Amino acid sequence: MAVSTEGKSLWWRFGPVITIVAVVLVLWYATAIGLNSAQVIERTLSSQPGWSALDLARLTLSMDRPVLPAPHQIALDLVDSVFGWPLASPRNLLYHAAVTSSATLLGFVMGTLLGAVLAVVIVHSRTLERSIFPWIIASQTVPVLAIAPIVIVILGSFGLTGLFPKAIISMYLCFFPVAVALVKGLRSPGVMELELLHTYAASASHTFWKLRVPASLPFLFPSLRVGIAAGLVGAIVGELPTGAQAGLGARLLTGSYYGNTVQIWSALVMSALLGLVLTGAVAVAERALTPGGRK
Amino acid sequence: MSAMTLSVVLIVLLALAVVSIRWLAALDERNPIGRFGTPLLFGVWVLVFWQLLVDGFDVPRVLLPAPSVIGHSLLVSLPVLAGDFTQTVLHSALIGLVAGCALGFVVGVLIDRSPFLQRGLLPLAALASAVPLIGIAPIMVMWFGFDWHSKAAVVVIMTFFPMLVNTLAGLAESGHMERDLMRSYGASTWRTLWSLRIPVALPFIFNALKINSTLAMIGAIVAEFFGSPVSGLGFRISTEAARLNMGLVWAAILVAALAGSVLYGVLGWLERRATFWHPSIRSGG
Amino acid sequence: MSSTTASPTVEVQGVSVVYPAKEHTVTALANVSLNIVEGEFISLIGPSGCGKTTLLRVIADLEQVSSGSVRVNGMSSRDARMARAYGYVFQAPALFPWRTVLANVCLPLEIHGIAKEQARQTAMQHLERVGLSGFEGKYPWQLSGGMQQRVSIARALGFEPKLLMMDEPFGALDEITRDRLNEQLLRLWEREKRTVVFVTHSIPEAVFLSSRIVVMSPRPGRIVDVIESGLPADRTLDIRDTPEFTAIAHRVRVALQDGHGGEH
Repeated sequence: MAVSTEGKSLWWRFGPVITIVAVVLVLWYATAIGLNSAQVIERTLSSQPGWSALDLARLTLSMDRPVLPAPHQIALDLVDSVFGWPLASPRNLLYHAAVTSSATLLGFVMGTLLGAVLAVVIVHSRTLERSIFPWIIASQTVPVLAIAPIVIVILGSFGLTGLFPKAIISMYLCFFPVAVALVKGLRSPGVMELELLHTYAASASHTFWKLRVPASLPFLFPSLRVGIAAGLVGAIVGELPTGAQAGLGARLLTGSYYGNTVQIWSALVMSALLGLVLTGAVAVAERALTPGGRK
Repeated sequence: MSAMTLSVVLIVLLALAVVSIRWLAALDERNPIGRFGTPLLFGVWVLVFWQLLVDGFDVPRVLLPAPSVIGHSLLVSLPVLAGDFTQTVLHSALIGLVAGCALGFVVGVLIDRSPFLQRGLLPLAALASAVPLIGIAPIMVMWFGFDWHSKAAVVVIMTFFPMLVNTLAGLAESGHMERDLMRSYGASTWRTLWSLRIPVALPFIFNALKINSTLAMIGAIVAEFFGSPVSGLGFRISTEAARLNMGLVWAAILVAALAGSVLYGVLGWLERRATFWHPSIRSGG
Repeated sequence: MSSTTASPTVEVQGVSVVYPAKEHTVTALANVSLNIVEGEFISLIGPSGCGKTTLLRVIADLEQVSSGSVRVNGMSSRDARMARAYGYVFQAPALFPWRTVLANVCLPLEIHGIAKEQARQTAMQHLERVGLSGFEGKYPWQLSGGMQQRVSIARALGFEPKLLMMDEPFGALDEITRDRLNEQLLRLWEREKRTVVFVTHSIPEAVFLSSRIVVMSPRPGRIVDVIESGLPADRTLDIRDTPEFTAIAHRVRVALQDGHGGEH
């Protein structure tokens, strides 16, 4: 993966991905026809004598409630939802995406700030580092998302519903990777660099801002990417326990209750797109804030 | 006891806690009493204050049950939780983890010889890590039913890509000199793979295994939020939370937390045994 | 660079540095005394474990003495460090990869509180003195090892300290680059007449660069011999083939063997 892409043709760069995607699409269509054929044959074709493979293909790829919807069905449903309804309407997937992403972003900001503050404190206090930090590391092995229902219920009993509980869950998920990565990054400067600053009689503040903070950035950005992806999952999961009405998680849930497969897949694709946009934004920020294109 | 007495007791205990933790923390780095004792003591004090605050100030059960209540729920519901544990951890998480990692490893080994396929799949793997794969759960339920099979399928999908990426990175890690050495012995591709490239790749593979163990637990539990039969840790948590039966909810979370850390710990132990030669392990990890 | 005072720039008196270790204590330096006069180029040479780096670090207040005293410019080593009396060059360049070459050289000036524009001008001058004009916009990883070490030297010139301390700065470089850098360093020293304390384990390097050579030996770390070099001031690399050079190098070699005396 460390191969330079200079001087390589467009085919070298994009050909493989395009090929794989094409293969996946072909397999998808084939599987859709295969999985849906049982229902189609049973319901429609058995009453029509002399049906052809073409009929089978046509019908399996345009069912109302298919076992596996065809890619074009999902795409059409997405387009219809996004462009066919006003943005504030619950029939528009962008509305749901906005609900989920607002919780994600709020949680992400809070979690990052909290993680940064905690990391700075830990790096400067040996007591806190040795008493709390092992727990923070250990908590990464714990399925934190299992707490989601509790958070929703507890905050709900205070009358806090909707955006805030979901943001709390997202915050919780962002906080751990950021805190762990920042502690590692702030402590990354080696003995030599620290001694160098010692020979300049630099103050602790100098050492922190001129050495530790810049050195921690390469550790921070990958964790931000992980954090925002985790925050998105948290926001979606936060919409499940109480059966929220709005948000991508809610759409997934209602789709599965009513067996509306196309709706489920559309919500899933929209979630994927949202995930890509959010992590892409972090990647763009990383590139903008990293001097000289250093890796 | 009255609020006054309670507050005084709390302040005294707080002072005691701070002093004791600071003393332990100031012990030399390499002293195991200091290393393990400090976080453990911290945890013990947290439990103490938790119990006192919840009992003393009569915090409603719904909000936060006392550790004693959780412990009690745990003991009382042990059979139920054991069943949940089997369902979620042993079936959904572990089977899914093994299957997903095996698949990721095999695919990694297979496409190792094809830079073309690598250039095609790796960007997709990067995309997959940005995407909330957990959303695939309702679809898996539709295909595989409500039982643990659908949850395991979710885990397989979640763990496949990290293992694939790490296997490829690990296989690329063996140096030119070492590979030339194997060539000078006339070793076949599979022999080189077995004797050189896979051992060198082990640190990466274990890295993926540890990441995946966490993903597997999360996937197994959260997938149950989307619908599950009558058992499972995720199922237990969400339904008991809806019934405000908080003691049992926390007990289930405790079981999940313990399962997650134990799994991670076992993998860490295996890692230290299998990759004892690697600098990161030699220097104390 | 004003005129000298009567007392030497660096006075090391009966310094011992002892590390308590598990099995037995390690005596890095045992009762070492040395006076370094202003403007001289003095090399500390010896095998590993002889304490040459420890001695340098003690003068720089990067390590504490167990007994004895160190005075730099009449102050304790700590006061000298706080007064930023010296520049220190490490074995590796230790440049900050997120700063350009120019920004790296500006680092000590920034910390010293010098205004940004003035710092940049000073830094540009330093880069010129080490022959790196034109590279100020580059990042460290874009430069070769030798160039990075030159940037590190330019940075050490930062606030024009009278004392330069260098810990095997060219050790990681290939011989050809090393020769070039030796010559450049000598020219720099001749122009500016700073006091340089230079640690090395290369005999030709020590003889070529120094006005005085201090030979040390290990277990315990101590000074075995101090050799005055009578080599002419404006020497070039060719002097390494002359009999005078060979004679001094021979004296150093003998002193090293004596110090090592049948050990190990």
